[in-house]
Amino acid sequence: MSQELYYKTASELSELLEKGEVSSVELTQSVIDRTKSVDDRVRAFNSFDEADALFQAEASDKRRSENGALGPLDGIPVGIKDVLAVDGQPLTCSSKILENFVSPYDATCIQKLKQQGAVLWGRLNMDEFAMGSSTENSAMGLTSNPWNLDCVPGGSSGGSAAAVAAGETILALGSDTGGSIRQPASYCGIVGLKPTYGRVSRYGLAAFASSLDQVGPMGRSVADVAILLQGIAGHDERDSTSYDSETRSYLESMNSLEGKKWKLGLPKEYFANVSDPSAMEPIEKAVEFYKNLGCEIQEVSLPHTEYAVATYYIIATAEASSNLARYDGIRYTHRAEKFDDKDSVDIYCQSRAEGFGEEVKRRVILGTYVLSSGYYDAYYLKAQKTRTLIRQDFLNAFEEVDALLTPTSPGPAFKKGTKSDDPLEMYLSDIFTISANLAGIPGLSLPCGYSDGMPIGLQILGKPFKEEELLAIAQEFEDAHDYKNQHPNL
Amino acid sequence: MSETPHIDIDYVAKLARINLTNDEKAKFSNQLDSILGYIEKLNELNTDEVEPTAHPHEVFNVWQEDVVKSEMSVEKALSNAPKQRQNMVVVPKVVE
Repeated sequence: MSQELYYKTASELSELLEKGEVSSVELTQSVIDRTKSVDDRVRAFNSFDEADALFQAEASDKRRSENGALGPLDGIPVGIKDVLAVDGQPLTCSSKILENFVSPYDATCIQKLKQQGAVLWGRLNMDEFAMGSSTENSAMGLTSNPWNLDCVPGGSSGGSAAAVAAGETILALGSDTGGSIRQPASYCGIVGLKPTYGRVSRYGLAAFASSLDQVGPMGRSVADVAILLQGIAGHDERDSTSYDSETRSYLESMNSLEGKKWKLGLPKEYFANVSDPSAMEPIEKAVEFYKNLGCEIQEVSLPHTEYAVATYYIIATAEASSNLARYDGIRYTHRAEKFDDKDSVDIYCQSRAEGFGEEVKRRVILGTYVLSSGYYDAYYLKAQKTRTLIRQDFLNAFEEVDALLTPTSPGPAFKKGTKSDDPLEMYLSDIFTISANLAGIPGLSLPCGYSDGMPIGLQILGKPFKEEELLAIAQEFEDAHDYKNQHPNL
Repeated sequence: MSETPHIDIDYVAKLARINLTNDEKAKFSNQLDSILGYIEKLNELNTDEVEPTAHPHEVFNVWQEDVVKSEMSVEKALSNAPKQRQNMVVVPKVVE
């Protein structure tokens, strides 16, 4: 009980709220105070509305005392990546083109959280339109890694990961198109889960690459991530790619799998690609841990791994160029004041020139090129075919093993400014995470140690729609270690 | 794909509806050429007999009844337009 409220887990807080030992107002106030004391250094938030959060917390306390809580999330603050629509709140995607946008409706995952009484807390910084791996591509400012303020928090959900790690929220929502939940979770020493494609509705998520995007939970413990996944998962008729499968209790099914002797695979192509051996030590120790637990560890091969980055950057940029066509200066916030009125399309070209940042321009242009007349078959169709091969690699591996263990990232968080001039090098830092999006499988990043004081994440990749297995495997490791109670000094 | 891929940056930027400065053109042109060079890697693979994947989990023919649900008011729908008047988005004149 010595720990500050803002560093307790959602599972602990849920119990304290239920016993009446803590109120949601006290908890929310603790998170607000913490944010005000550290966010001038961490800069995880694009904006927050203190009065609105306290209003939600009061409503939660009142509900609990009168009729009982709506579930484990009732009264718990959840930070929201600035890419998800919350009715009446700003939604910027950390882009100037949306700087004055106010959402006119709720995303499905937000609507679900409201129905379960969660306290929606703030708008968290990100790479512009989720394009990036360091949150340096934000038009709203740089977020720092709470473990070392000179380092990036990862990206694109860097604000979400930093806020969870710094105690500025209890839980957070992120989105993951090529690793944008798992890589920042790894860099900031927290747990992040990208669900199976289709597990969570994308309705109200500002689209980047629609066949890869997935909303997912971030928290300081495996159980917390299970609780938040429970809160947002399920079929939604407003997203025709959301999957019509039963939504079980992830916490219960995770606990029921405790002690299972898993068959775990080590993809040899991933381990051949490591540049920083000191970052590999915690991963090797984690593998050793599972071996000692009685799990069967075997090497597997994902032979098309080396084509994943190229495949991803064709598909993701092609889909982005199409999705971002909606930001035309006509219907959404930013419109250029000066343009060539003799050229009927210049108002679009100039509004987009002023509203988009550099990385977004680069990717939209690349995506436009690979879809343009004469190049479609050579690039986009070729990438879609390679995607089939990459997906098949995983399905073959899962014939032999239950899940795969890999590093989440080739190394720990890097210093700000060190990769921002070389887009290709930045893209290659996603090498371990992007295949899961191409294959549509779930992936989880779990803190497993440090390299030079910076957190390292173990990535667990699993079979489609088997999130509870990933959670159960992660839980075994978390139970035997103390990482969830270790926090940065701020 | 050609031997040395090269983006005609003026043409593609126009297609993408983004005005670029000369500095941006020079910078992007180099960077995109090097990214395209990297992407050439895919040519090593023979994919003649491979079906393309558009979505990781196949879902076909998702139908819904053609009925109006949860309408948004016109005011709300237009609330983010940069200019509006009388329930319409105001745009510059494009025809004489």
